[in-house]
Amino acid sequence: MLSYIIRRLLLLIPVFFTVSIIIFGIIHLVPGDPIDNLMRIGSSPEQKAIITARYGLDKPLVEQYLLWLGKMAQGDLGDAIVMRRPVVDLLAQNIPFSLRLGGAALLFSTLLGIAAGTLAAINKDGRIDQGVMAGILVGSTLPSFWLGLLLMLLFSVQLGWLPVSGARTWQALILPVLTIGLGGTALVARATRVAMLETMQKDFVLLLHAKGLPARRIQLRHVLRHALMPVVTILGLRIGWILGGAVTVEYVFARPGLGTLLIKALNQHDYPVMQGCLLMLAIAVMLGTLIGDLVQAAMDPRVRHAMT
Amino acid sequence: MTLLDVKDLSIDIHGIRPLDGISFSVDKGEILGIVGESGSGKSLTALSVMGLLPLIGGRIERGSISFDGTELTTLKEPAFRKLRGRRIAFITQNPMTSLDPVIRVGAQIDQVARLHLGLDAKAAQARSIEIMEQLRIPEAATIYHHFPHQLSGGMKQRIVIAMALAADPDLIIADEPTTALDVTIQAQIVDLLVELVRERGLALILITHDMGVVAQTCDRVVVLYAGRVAESHDVTAIFASPRHPYTKALIRCIPREDTLPGSLTGIPGAVPSVAHYPPGCRYHPRCARMGVPCEKVVPPLEHPTSGGEIACHFPESNGGANV
Amino acid sequence: MTSNSPRWHAFRRSTAGKVLLTPKGGIAGAYLLTLALIALLAPWITPYPYDVQELTIASQAPNLAHWLGTDEFGRDVLSRIMYGARTSLSVSVTAISVSVLIGMTLGAAAGYFGGMFDRLVTAAVDLSWSFPEILIALILVAIIGPGLTSTMLAIGIAYLAQFTRLTRAQILSLKNETYIEATLNLGASHGHIVFRHLMPNALAPVIICGMLATGDAIILEATLGFFGLGAQPPVPSWGAMMSSGSAQIFKAPWIIIFPGLTVAVTVIMINLFGDALIRALDIRAKLREG
Repeated sequence: MLSYIIRRLLLLIPVFFTVSIIIFGIIHLVPGDPIDNLMRIGSSPEQKAIITARYGLDKPLVEQYLLWLGKMAQGDLGDAIVMRRPVVDLLAQNIPFSLRLGGAALLFSTLLGIAAGTLAAINKDGRIDQGVMAGILVGSTLPSFWLGLLLMLLFSVQLGWLPVSGARTWQALILPVLTIGLGGTALVARATRVAMLETMQKDFVLLLHAKGLPARRIQLRHVLRHALMPVVTILGLRIGWILGGAVTVEYVFARPGLGTLLIKALNQHDYPVMQGCLLMLAIAVMLGTLIGDLVQAAMDPRVRHAMT
Repeated sequence: MTLLDVKDLSIDIHGIRPLDGISFSVDKGEILGIVGESGSGKSLTALSVMGLLPLIGGRIERGSISFDGTELTTLKEPAFRKLRGRRIAFITQNPMTSLDPVIRVGAQIDQVARLHLGLDAKAAQARSIEIMEQLRIPEAATIYHHFPHQLSGGMKQRIVIAMALAADPDLIIADEPTTALDVTIQAQIVDLLVELVRERGLALILITHDMGVVAQTCDRVVVLYAGRVAESHDVTAIFASPRHPYTKALIRCIPREDTLPGSLTGIPGAVPSVAHYPPGCRYHPRCARMGVPCEKVVPPLEHPTSGGEIACHFPESNGGANV
Repeated sequence: MTSNSPRWHAFRRSTAGKVLLTPKGGIAGAYLLTLALIALLAPWITPYPYDVQELTIASQAPNLAHWLGTDEFGRDVLSRIMYGARTSLSVSVTAISVSVLIGMTLGAAAGYFGGMFDRLVTAAVDLSWSFPEILIALILVAIIGPGLTSTMLAIGIAYLAQFTRLTRAQILSLKNETYIEATLNLGASHGHIVFRHLMPNALAPVIICGMLATGDAIILEATLGFFGLGAQPPVPSWGAMMSSGSAQIFKAPWIIIFPGLTVAVTVIMINLFGDALIRALDIRAKLREG
């Protein structure tokens, strides 16, 4: 198992470098002089010289990239142009909020999605199944920012049950989690349902029935366990999607977080902040995929053995 | 004495009738072969007896299945569950896919004794290992902790057989238990099954498409064609004088030592699909002896004085009774 | 066409018939056709112009003169939604179409020729596959800057991986069939085989995948618009309408409710229609290969 983990980590290295090159490249792909992109408009030539020296902008691209990487390794992601603080500080301030929201949404969609998918699969073509399927369709097609606004309108404005925005209390987490969670739940429910229905066709399930095990026990202990393996992989792959949902939803609910920071940076053309946010999100996506793979390996002896 | 008695069984799956008036019986200590090409309804017969038709959306339309005096067609699911795996055991076709891949094989055998005999984990494990040893699984105590993917096909099939034996059943239904295995392993597994039946006085229903296996192992045989019984008789009688043209054709398909490679022939044509059963005798489009009534009139299942059953308008006459 | 004319029977058996004569497919088809017509004819059929501001009637609730109310500048919400259909549909459809074409070419080449090129394409596809479209889109907007062009580019690139992957899988599963080998032995060129034999067979799943992606693209367009990174004022797009409306959410919720509802219903209809098509063509299994 350990060697499997190490091998998977090694596989991430080229991915990380590719992504970091793209993110590094942003500043050079943007029209205009990268120096100007890194500074406030109207900066003095002296300030330009400082920035040029700091980022090594007069050196060849490869050297600049290595310099950037080296600084990143030391925890220096540059200074925010508009917000005028080290990017690392901004990230450190915002990441906990995103983690809390993303984690809660992930937990919510996983639990509810697996439950709904299982219910649908064991009642295939019945009322419950049709209801879940309709829910999946709606849940995966509503734009999340719009859903967030509607929920806000209903629960905060009309009913006054929950805070409109911000992140001070735990109640403020409920609506954002629901907003992201609906899409995530639809995703997990769909995957669970398909995987369960596929597993039910397998020979070993027939033999479990022939052994005299009760149908419910077969479905919940054996079939579900198998169905969860592809679901975990999909979840790992889609952690990025849930984080992507967090980006939009944070903005709607005016919560601090990576998403809000990123949108702000995009609107203000604050490139160092943009780079920092994108880098963090990319790392989260990579870790998500890794965790999904590892959990699946832990669940499936075939993968475990094939890898060691 | 008769352990399982199936009478006039017809089933319905989504509005079609893949089994139509099947009858057969098995006694204790007897091996019954059910033979036919794929599509003839062999596996569905097994599922019907196991009460597992609802899994594939089917139901029993007509007829009776009586097991040791209990009528199974009207038996409620909770009661049926106590029979399944306990008194009637099932061995599936493909051992590669018949075991739960994420559970250790030992635990899969334990499950049966724990469920039906109420053994605790320790007692069940001891029992499972004992059965594995009886099935001549080397180093049973080690194999017990293996996962299915770590075992060979033949070994997996032994595990499936161990599962079938775990609760001391009276009847084992084996659905093509050797088809997916290597030829050398096939003989071992068949021998093992026969030995078990003889030693324990079990009844065995061996479902196969191979008349050669029937000749070596079975006491009696039922030949199915397109959901109906074509012929049934003692194995010696049926090989001495097959009366149904289909039985005869199946026997001709057995490979012999003197058969030249490549000269092995199947029966021309194929079993019609359930949705397109021809009227009259269902074998008539492939039958060399086809006559006028075959196309329109369903041949009744007759019980000639020489014993057995036969459903054919023009049976081979060397059987003697129906000339 | 009467119910027993031969043309009616032919229609019923055709793919179009199989899609349109199911309740889902029929309703979805009718909705999408209507929407396309509205988008096409918007300048002639909207009750009001989309850009004339009349602050005296700002933020009016739905009423007889303005069925869906007016926005914060007194513009008719219904008219803006109808114009918005032009923007949202043309952006999504154009972007996805181009993306499908490029993805099919890349995927076909990778699947057919294999080797180093295939590995490179697969690696790139896998990389972008694991990143959410919205993130890819945001990176692109960061580079190119906000606007409809970058929205289109973002959509096109964000979904490229999906089409490439699916085409490659189709080509791979078709490539080894005997008739392809036979054709090659008969002296056919690679181009002939790819375009005459492989592509037509791979076409249906990729087109349907593209259709479903158009639904997602509409949401992506709306999201970018909502962030103020897509269509710029005064061009109406469904997302941009909600962006400016979100400030008014407590005072005039209809400004965001109706555009959002239009997005949601449109995407649901696209999904229903795609589903009916998948059923009619019986290609669910093929779609999973990707």
